[in-house]
Amino acid sequence: MWFEQVLFFLAGIGALAGALGVVMLRNPFYSVLALVGHLLALAVLFLLLHAEFVAAAQVVVYAGAVMVLYVFVVAYIGGSDEPLRPEGGVINAFGPLFALAIGVELSIAFVASGLEAIDSRGADLGAGFGSPGQIGQLLLTRFLVPFEAASYLLLIAAVGAVVLARRRRGLEDVGAAPGPRENPREPSETTLEVRV
Amino acid sequence: MDVVWFLVLSAFIFVIGAAGVMTRRNPLVVLLCLELMLNAGNLALVAFSRMHGGQAGQVFALIVMVIAACEVVIGLGIIVAMYRNRLPIDVDEMSELRG
Repeated sequence: MWFEQVLFFLAGIGALAGALGVVMLRNPFYSVLALVGHLLALAVLFLLLHAEFVAAAQVVVYAGAVMVLYVFVVAYIGGSDEPLRPEGGVINAFGPLFALAIGVELSIAFVASGLEAIDSRGADLGAGFGSPGQIGQLLLTRFLVPFEAASYLLLIAAVGAVVLARRRRGLEDVGAAPGPRENPREPSETTLEVRV
Repeated sequence: MDVVWFLVLSAFIFVIGAAGVMTRRNPLVVLLCLELMLNAGNLALVAFSRMHGGQAGQVFALIVMVIAACEVVIGLGIIVAMYRNRLPIDVDEMSELRG
């Protein structure tokens, strides 16, 4: 089916370009926008894999809500261009080498080893594979404990974010001395709490 | 489509994310690169779910998305706290947890 393959390569190129944009672009705001494009391309890939509910959740939750949170924080902090590391430190040379080593290792694992189990075109799928009904039934029967654990984790994260990002009066006065990061714009009085 | 294509693509995305985590200094961008790595794992999970014809992989992917959302919220909270306390927004400067 040539249509599937064309769609896969378009979405794959989009996902790779978005990922490269996240890493390469200097301005964090553009990085966030590149990640939004990456997530949308990934949702298309999920649709190709018959995971409709995951694709919808990816677009609504990830590309929608989580990225809005990112944009808020980037706008609050001020997305300034960051320079590359000025000195040619050991991390600077070691990072891409490390990534390249992981890439070579994963490529060997996926392609060159000729694993029999991976080399398949996929099982026959029943009707409604990956539909919200079937995923919801799995979440409420077989995976009920992980589902509840995830909901508790979200609650804890929400409370933790509020505790972390709330305004502390005492530390504000102590930190009024000019720090290493001079910012002419004072943090505004209207508090921007991180909400979930 | 052969499932191996999806796995190779997820490996590429994971490697790009890992390179970003190692090389970038802005903690916001480091968090974004962590998202990339988690998404690569998600893609591999969904591809394996397609390969085996079971939906457990998709449920795992949903749980991973929940974990990623929690991580984002906590990380952004830490970054906002850093900004409020006039600390430099730079992962190289934040070395007090080094031990």
